[in-house]
Formats: sequence, C-alpha cells, structure tokens
Amino acid sequence: MLKGLWALAWLETKIFAREPMGLVGTLGLPVVIFILLGRAFGAGGRSVPGAAQAPFNVAILAALLIAVSAVLSLVAIMAIYREGGILKRLRATPLAPLTILSAHVVVKLGFTLASLALLMAAGRQFFPGAMTPHWLGFSAALLLSVLSILSLGFVVASVVPTARFAQPVGAAVLYPMVVLSGLFFPIEALPRTLEVVAWGLPTTHAVALMQGIWDGGGWAAHWDHVAGLATIFAVCAAVASKTFRWE
Amino acid sequence: MSAAVITVSHLRKTYGATVAVDDVSLEVREGEIFGLIGPNGAGKTTTMECVEGLRRADRGIISVLGLDPVRDASALRQRIGVQHQDAHLQKRIKVWEAIDLWASLYGRTVEAGALLARLGLEGKRDAWFMTLSGGQKQRLFIALALIHDPEVVFLDELTTGLDPQARRAIWALVTGIRDRGKTVFLTTHLMEEAERLCDRVAIIEHGRLIEMGTPADLVATHCPERRVVFTSDSPGVAERLKDAPGVRHATTEGQTHTLHGEGDDFVTGIIHAVARESIHVRGFRTEVPTLEDVFLKLTGHGIRD
Ligand SMILES: Nc1ncnc2c1ncn2[C@@H]1O[C@H](COP(=O)(O)OP(=O)(O)O)[C@@H](O)[C@H]1O
Ligand SMILES: [Mg+2]
Repeated sequence: MLKGLWALAWLETKIFAREPMGLVGTLGLPVVIFILLGRAFGAGGRSVPGAAQAPFNVAILAALLIAVSAVLSLVAIMAIYREGGILKRLRATPLAPLTILSAHVVVKLGFTLASLALLMAAGRQFFPGAMTPHWLGFSAALLLSVLSILSLGFVVASVVPTARFAQPVGAAVLYPMVVLSGLFFPIEALPRTLEVVAWGLPTTHAVALMQGIWDGGGWAAHWDHVAGLATIFAVCAAVASKTFRWE
Repeated sequence: MSAAVITVSHLRKTYGATVAVDDVSLEVREGEIFGLIGPNGAGKTTTMECVEGLRRADRGIISVLGLDPVRDASALRQRIGVQHQDAHLQKRIKVWEAIDLWASLYGRTVEAGALLARLGLEGKRDAWFMTLSGGQKQRLFIALALIHDPEVVFLDELTTGLDPQARRAIWALVTGIRDRGKTVFLTTHLMEEAERLCDRVAIIEHGRLIEMGTPADLVATHCPERRVVFTSDSPGVAERLKDAPGVRHATTEGQTHTLHGEGDDFVTGIIHAVARESIHVRGFRTEVPTLEDVFLKLTGHGIRD
C-alpha cells in the first residue's frame, strides 16, 4: 500500500537539501540558539557558575524548535506544492495519497534526527558533562512529539489559502503554542481555561514528555503525555483526512 | 471505423453553483487524435479530468478502455498517460529523478534514455526542473505521461504559453505519439493547433458541446464559402469572371479583386476563366475558412473574446 514511499521520501530529502535556506533553518538555527542560550544560562538545566539560575532547560527549547521548524517547513511545502499543482500531478500517479503525505513525514522525521545529532555533538563540544539524558529515549520522545505536531501541521496546511500565507499562518499557530508549552513558566500558573487549552496542545505534552525523559524518568511514568500526543495525532489525522485540499 | 476507446454520455459536473460541464457526450476512437476545443472556462479541463478519473462526475456514464474511471482507477492509471494543465514539479527535482520516480510506479515502462532522446531532453538529464524552458518542461511532462507506454494519452492545453517554434516541436511529438498507435485526447483553445493536429474535434462552450467532426467537415458544413483574391491591372476583370462556376459575387478595391463563392469547382473554374480571358494576373491567392471561422459562426464571437 505504501509502494513508492521510500523512493519518494529519499527524493524529497535530496530536494529539500538543495535549498540552502531550508537547511539553515532546519539544521542550523536550533543548534545556534542552543549554543548561544547555553552559554548565557547553562545547558541541560544546569546553570553556568556565577550566572543566574537557568530559567528553563535550553536543550528542551532547542528540541522544541527543531519540532517547530519541521512543522513550519511542512506547512510551507504543502502550500507551495498545492499551488504549483505538484500535489495534483503526484496524485494522478499510482502513488496512494497517503504515501505522498507520509513521504514528507518521513523526511521531517529524518531531518529531526539529524538536527538532534547536531545538538548532541554541540552539547558534547560546548557543555561537557551538562547533557546527561538517555539519548535513545530522548530521541524517541522527540520523534513522537514531532509526529504529533506534524499532524497538526497538516490541519494548518489544509486551511492556509495560498503559499504566501503559509509561513505567517504557521508561525501564528505554533509560536503561541511554544509560549504556552510549560517550558517558560508552569502550566499551573495559567488561568484555568488557558490551562485546559494548554493541555490540548501537542507542544505542552511534548515538553512534559521530553523533560520527564531528560530527567531520567521511565516511559511508564509519562504515559499520560504519550497518550496526549497520540490522541492529538489521531484527532488531527482524522480532521486532516477530511479537510486536506490537493488543489 | 475504429473501436471507441473513450465513451462519455450525458456528463454533468458542477462546482457549487457553477455548472462546468452539462450533458456532454462524445466518443474517442482508437488511434486518433481527438481535440476538445473551446475558450477558457468552457469546461475542457473538467471534462478531461472526469474522464481521467481525477474528478467524480455528478451525472453521466464514462468508460475508458472498458473501465470505469472512478471505480477502476488504479487499473486505469496503468494504461493511461496524463499531462495536466498548470501542474508543475518540484523546483529542484532533476529531470532523471522525475523520470526515475515515475518509472518506479508502473509495472511496465519504456526505456528512459530512448524516451528522453526522442523528446530532445537527453542533454537535460541532470538539470533542475526550475531551470528548464517552457518547452522543455512540457516535453518532460510528455515524457512522464509516456514512460509506462500507455494506450491512451491525455494532453491538457499542451502548448499554451509556448512560442511558435516550441509549439511546432510539440505538435510533431504529438503526431508521433499517434503514429505509434496510441490514442490521444487533447484540449486546446488554439484553433490553429486543433486544425493541424486533430483528426476529429468537439467544440465546447459554456459546458455544452456544440459541434463535433473532422476539422475539414466542420469547415465544409458551416463555412463552405471560399474566396479567391487576385491583383490585376486589366480593366473590368471582376466583371469578366463573375460567371465562372460557383462564383456568387465579386468585389473590387483598386487593383485587388475578390471573388466569393463555394463548391469544389470554384477555384478551378476561376483559373480556367482567367486563362480563357487571357487576364494578366500579378498576384493570386485562395482564402479557405478555418476552424476559427467555424467557431465564430457557431458562437457569434471569437474564441479569445
Ligand atoms: N476547482 C474548481 N472549483 C470551482 N470552479 C471551477 C473549478 N475548476 C473549474 N471551475 C469552473 O468551471 C468552469 C470550467 O472550467 P474548466 O473546466 O477549467 O474550463 P477550461 O479547461 O475549458 O478552461 C469555469 O467556469 C471554471 O471557473
Ligand atoms: Mg483548462
């Protein structure tokens, strides 16, 4: 059923890598922000001696930025492909519609792993001893988070009218979610309604799960956030399958 | 007469309140180039996409190679090749990558190198799509439509936006597709293109078919009039030729004389009369109506109005 998935995903990976700006935003930006903020506040939740206590875990922020840039990029690509008739052309081939969209998910997950590898290398280089999480678990937490936020990206991509609006609309949806994610201040500090809203957002569960895994907790201790991410994925995938426009 | 490869009966398709196609019936026969012609917005693309199975008709029955385009979509896709209007490819995809991907999706394919050579793209194998000229892009799309050796090829507004030279090159390729035994269903709003390329045409306007037939038959039926225009300094010329067979009336403007008439013997008759009367002629041409004139006659306006 997913015939052609790997061929298309590999092709889209190469195509994405040919655009310098996309690569810089996806691979470069989160790492640069990580290094700069890590220098100022400390990395991995540990403060720099003599500086103020780290207000948040810089590594988690960087991971969240990796997810956000993947989703913004996905929304833009979907809008551009739709406007250019590329989605229509692909859909007229024997490729299944789900295969065409899944290929982009595979590409984004691949670049997420590459970005995370860069982040780890930077951590080892610049902040020795500060980055102590279980990396395999953390990678899995990030991938699950990205998958869930990507599904929301498909919903956003369904409603953006034209390619010109893709970036601004995507940013307007995602950045407030980052603010509300619990990374900068505890969710409990929010007014009651906003707290409920926050727990309906994939970013909030993503931060909670990644922080929990970072701190050494097992997956069993965070099943609620895993379930939250999975539920949001299921809901968004169902909505997108109804609302996604191919042309 | 060859067997019908495509039959459409009483097709109707609406987009909300817009009736894009209304009660269209047509038949495309094996091995012919069939053209659906009409102005922009007439319903050509909608009709074609319903036949390809990309859109679901509101009403009507469509059969392509004996298959139902919606129900048998996946079987049909292996046997038809499609070129869309206004559909591009990824900006930075290379020509060979596109060919490779398409080839990987079909059970049976032709040899890619030979196909690219036939379409004049062998030197562009490693070029990004965005760097191709308009004509090269269209030729790549034709290559993608032909890679699996389909029996029926759909070409939607293939030459729109191309310069005359690129257009002629594409025409030669399309004729080549037919000459290899394929059936071609194309749309165009260029009457000259339809006349050069199509064995039969159907004229569509406001979603309805208004005529169908070979270009020559349509012209003969709706615009039988011929004109002979010649320049001569002999006096009273038009008067002397007025009685040649088929001539209906004559007009003169300075030394340019125009004879209007119809029938098979019209032009021959004038040539004989010119010789018999020993008229000194400096210029002589015949004007034959075209599909453009047929369209004008049938709709009361030009195709670009
Ligand atoms: N996706 C669509 N949504 C709404 N209206 C459409 C759509 N596609 C075409 N139309 C309308 O349907 C009519 C026929 O369009 P189309 O089939 O594209 O004509 P043509 O190919 O002859 O230019 C036009 O009025 C057009 O505006
Ligand atoms: Mg059209």
